[in-house]
Amino acid sequence: MAAPLGLHLEFGGGAELLFDGVKNHHVTLPDQSNPWDMKQLLAWIRGNMLKERPELFMQGDTVRPGILVLINDADWELMGELDYQLQDKDNVVFISTLHGG
Amino acid sequence: MCQVEEDYNGLECNQEKIPVSGLNRKCMKCKEGTAVLIIRVSDAFCRSCFKEYFIHKFRAMLGKNRVIFPQEKVLLAVSGGAASCTMLSQVQEGLSRDAPKKLRFMPGIVYIDDGGACGRSEDERQTSISQLKNIFTQTGFPYFIVPLEKVFSLPTSVLVPGTSDPDPSNPCYKQAVDKYLKEKQKLREEEAVCAVAQLNLEDSAYLPEHKLALQRLFSSLKTLSAKQEMLQTLRQHLILHVARENSYSKVMMGESCSRLAVKLLSNIALGRGAALASDTGFSDPRFGDVVIVRPMRDYSSKEITFYNRMFHVPSVFIPGLDTKSHDKASIQRLTESFVTNLQADFPSTVSTIYRTSEKLHTVRPPQSQSTEPEPASKCLLCLCALDTTADKASAFHATLISEQLSQLRLQEGSVDLVAGSSDQCCVEDQTCGTSGCCSSKRTPVQQDLKTLLCYSCRLTVKDMAAVNTLPPYILTEAEKRQRRSQMKVEISEYLLEEDQD
Ligand SMILES: [Zn+2]
Ligand SMILES: [Zn+2]
Ligand SMILES: [Zn+2]
Repeated sequence: MAAPLGLHLEFGGGAELLFDGVKNHHVTLPDQSNPWDMKQLLAWIRGNMLKERPELFMQGDTVRPGILVLINDADWELMGELDYQLQDKDNVVFISTLHGG
Repeated sequence: MCQVEEDYNGLECNQEKIPVSGLNRKCMKCKEGTAVLIIRVSDAFCRSCFKEYFIHKFRAMLGKNRVIFPQEKVLLAVSGGAASCTMLSQVQEGLSRDAPKKLRFMPGIVYIDDGGACGRSEDERQTSISQLKNIFTQTGFPYFIVPLEKVFSLPTSVLVPGTSDPDPSNPCYKQAVDKYLKEKQKLREEEAVCAVAQLNLEDSAYLPEHKLALQRLFSSLKTLSAKQEMLQTLRQHLILHVARENSYSKVMMGESCSRLAVKLLSNIALGRGAALASDTGFSDPRFGDVVIVRPMRDYSSKEITFYNRMFHVPSVFIPGLDTKSHDKASIQRLTESFVTNLQADFPSTVSTIYRTSEKLHTVRPPQSQSTEPEPASKCLLCLCALDTTADKASAFHATLISEQLSQLRLQEGSVDLVAGSSDQCCVEDQTCGTSGCCSSKRTPVQQDLKTLLCYSCRLTVKDMAAVNTLPPYILTEAEKRQRRSQMKVEISEYLLEEDQD
């Protein structure tokens, strides 16, 4: 299963400011021998999309606390978080809850 | 009827995070629906149970506290952020329902545009405002959009606590309900009045000189912590003014429990310990005639964010003072990152801090009980009760002493600096001899202002390069209070001499 993977990524709550202010991104992940998981996606985002201040989005190999992640509109805590294996056309949302109110 | 409340709010979550496995976990409430989110430690909810839980919690919060009267005018402070926009949607939801527990107050909306203090361009500000107007117009509620620049035309009366109505305790509440049923007719007329007020205040224009004055004020504040405190204070004053001008007797703020936990800890760090109860409690009576309520204080920011996303509650992200700032840029930012990091490993962090604040409330007597609300006994800026008379072991006293010591050293170095503060060189049994600082000649405002402020607001003002950049209503009221206390001293001296004869 080495077909390219198309994903819809969305950033909100201010997290979009780290991505040129753009909320919606359609990305295609390159072929690889193993299936893509969330951990690899985050590393890919950091390497290919993050424009500035990676420490405001990432902490270690996961998202920074205070940034919520939804996979296909469900809490990623229910989906295995970093271990979730991505499917073609998945919708992944990152919303910052820091500085809100 | 409050089953939901007990089920979720009474939960103790003092264990560490439990890893959740399985993609198709069921809802813990209905045991049928597919869970879509986890709140608290490991409570999985389906979409419809989450909605029910969320809506119930809002009404339970207002019902339990019984501070809002039927037909009362309530001003919702909306910042555009997720929490205050959810608050707005919950009020709409509560008012539109035909259920017997329908909310029965009369809401209005206020938005303070602080773009001028945050370095936003005119275009950026207008874009945010038009997005907000879309949201506000759809509610049908009257709304006020007020630029922060308007603080330069506020009257001094904002700084004086108003006299509150008779105690809004339970017997009164029942009377008010009866009254409401009789006066249903008047409600329509009141609504018409609201619409008129909206027309007058919708003009969000400000004078160019006020724009410059605001820039001067914020560039005079040397630290981000002080800027954030000042912004908070001025915003509060404007909201209070709009409320009074339009006879709103309650103001609803949309602070979530995550936000309040951060506020609570940073307030301690900023020296606002004495004002904790009113700064973070459900209701805050410090302004007297206008009471602040915080109906979102039982919601975590995760719950709010998920609700907004699932049920399409519109909000507008508006960059503020600390957007994209470094973790250590201010005490407030540092605390936020501390709390959220801790929360990631120990999910009960926020609820523990939050419950601690509840305990502080019961220990501290409510501020309203402290005899007369004489303005001089309240802080000039934040209107909390002055904590500066605290005992000698307090942080306040320690800073004061170190300040005095460093001033003494200054005085030894140069004689020219002696004309400093008259209130400090003469404390206790020190005498100043012939240096002349005890004469009643006017001292500069900066020196004097401190005596009118609580410990925390003193720290903010201390970070100012030029105190005269403060808006006129603050400076004028400060002078007035100084003159009054000066007169008091003179009178008491006179009386003392009379006594001795
Ligand atoms: Zn359910
Ligand atoms: Zn104060
Ligand atoms: Zn003296």
